[in-house]
Amino acid sequence: MRQRSPHRTGWTLVLPLLVFTLVTFLAPIGFMLWKSVYDPEVAGLLGQTRQALAKWQTSTGLPGPEGFDALSRDLRDLTGDGRVSQLALRLNRERSGMRQLIEVTADAIAEYDRPLLEIDPRWGDPDTWVLLKRMTQPLTARYFLSAVDLQQTPQGSIVRQDESRRIYVYLFGRTILVASVVTAVCIILGYPFAYALATARPRMQRLLFFIVMLPFWTSLLVRTTAWIVLLQRRGVLNEILVAMNIVSERSRLELIYNLSGTLIVMTHVLLPFFVLPLYAVMKGIPKQYVRAGKSLGAGPVRVFLRIYLPMTLPGVLAGAALVFILSLGYYVTPALVGGRTGQLISNQIAFHVQTSLNWGLAAALGSILLVIVVVLTMLLSRVTQRGVL
Amino acid sequence: MNVLRLSLGFAVGAISLFLILPILVVVPLSFNPEPYFSFTRSMLLLQPDGWSLRWYREVAESAQWRLALKNSVTIAIIVTPVATALGTAAALGLRHLGGSVRTLVAAVLGAPLIIPVIIVATGTYLFFAPLGLTQSLTGIVIVHVVLAAPFVVVTVSGTLTTFDAQLSRAAATLGASPLRAFARVTLPLIVPGVISGALFAFVTSFDEAVVTLFLASYDQRTVPLQMWSGIRDQLSPAVLVVASLLVLLVAIMMVVANLVQALKRGGE
Repeated sequence: MRQRSPHRTGWTLVLPLLVFTLVTFLAPIGFMLWKSVYDPEVAGLLGQTRQALAKWQTSTGLPGPEGFDALSRDLRDLTGDGRVSQLALRLNRERSGMRQLIEVTADAIAEYDRPLLEIDPRWGDPDTWVLLKRMTQPLTARYFLSAVDLQQTPQGSIVRQDESRRIYVYLFGRTILVASVVTAVCIILGYPFAYALATARPRMQRLLFFIVMLPFWTSLLVRTTAWIVLLQRRGVLNEILVAMNIVSERSRLELIYNLSGTLIVMTHVLLPFFVLPLYAVMKGIPKQYVRAGKSLGAGPVRVFLRIYLPMTLPGVLAGAALVFILSLGYYVTPALVGGRTGQLISNQIAFHVQTSLNWGLAAALGSILLVIVVVLTMLLSRVTQRGVL
Repeated sequence: MNVLRLSLGFAVGAISLFLILPILVVVPLSFNPEPYFSFTRSMLLLQPDGWSLRWYREVAESAQWRLALKNSVTIAIIVTPVATALGTAAALGLRHLGGSVRTLVAAVLGAPLIIPVIIVATGTYLFFAPLGLTQSLTGIVIVHVVLAAPFVVVTVSGTLTTFDAQLSRAAATLGASPLRAFARVTLPLIVPGVISGALFAFVTSFDEAVVTLFLASYDQRTVPLQMWSGIRDQLSPAVLVVASLLVLLVAIMMVVANLVQALKRGGE
């Protein structure tokens, strides 16, 4: 039994990394997807209310007295260890005013048990109860609705978010726009460079290789720092321009900490990712084809357009797709040099994870970004007939 | 024809400057004696007092930077061999799997290359928090391994496409045990792929900022995180010193790699 079947050998070798990837990579991403539709926080805090409201039809006005009793009991149970304010904050995120209502009500109940309607007239408004019923259901579409600037009214219909709160569709749009511009500029700059790289003499080729590989291997943070040094208001470029009297002291160029900063630095960071796959394709094109075209009497422009360019298109496609997909999820560059106008969707995701602590919304935004990236990658591998590896 | 070549030359020159100039500008600025991010007059006039090692000293003496370096190196030193071993094994194993299974497994293993790191960071943050793996080096190491291993799979697979499977079978026929056949036949042939994979793994871990930003507390700060706060909060030329050192490191690595290749070619 020394000679094992190649199939088993294969699995034995692949399995460690496969299991590791499934557990520490795909499971967290799956968890994020789950978090975007599952939010048991309020259900956990208001367990009795949840049960009492389960049978209530929202169209019948207020819930029965058992709903009111259950909420009173829940609030009394929550009093004393900070969970009231947790609930109040959580509900306030859905509707402003809820924080105050919950806190006042809980205080009043703790002090002297009174009927809810005496404490605050808002408990006579069915909308308040609709909100509670909705929030005590752990499965929810609300994060996905928020992520595309929609919301559900108390009556149950889905409408657009208030104008001042519509930001995510716009940000997704900006992200796609930035990715497109960066990709286009990478094609324009990268094509001639890759061509020179593929056709230069060995000495020159080594130099060009160094020029494209040095940034490729250099830390992203270092490159971002470098561009800040170069482009900021008192940076190298502005100092030179002012010294040469091309721009005046007061009209220094604002090239960074805004959208142009994001565009310039992302192009710089991603250009090697376009050049390298294209170079690989160009390197594989036999010289005879171009020579044949020339000997048949075609001019250089014609040879290029009719023979060379079509043969390099797969490389252009592969490089452009790579740059586009990588651009969609860029975070570090926009965070550091994007200012306010250069922020992308990933910066909002980070904001909701770290600052606003609205993890459900972060998860929903992340899920949408994930779907876009995965679909694009699958389309690409369909077109180029090969997988990621 | 000449006009075409000339304009191509100009374009390539300009693009080269765009690629390389920002990185090179950092180096002289790190010798700035003033707390600025730009050249002073005396620097430009090449006066000796216009240049100083002030910020180099500051970095060398800073407890924060030392801690960051220690963390970065610790993480990368664990991540590199683990990712290289896992990735090499997986690349070798992938060849033995059949058609569609192989495509699926390759897609799973390659996913970390394509999925935006912000999504990985969000997912691991939410998933690791209840497990107590946030604010810990362990959590960071785990994610870095998963991000770095696919690079090893890619580079080793690359060398394997030119590797003839008949060779290891020949070794087996000649009586070599599988382990011996691997050590004497397969390994020497894939070594270039393994080395460049390991290099990729090291750099991936050493450069990684986003997941680390989400998972690290102050004590786990790495060099990229320290640079991050150096850029964002205090904007001190100390950042330029570290940036220059990193650029220098990369340049040396590339020159060495070039020399090794040249020697190999010469030896043949």
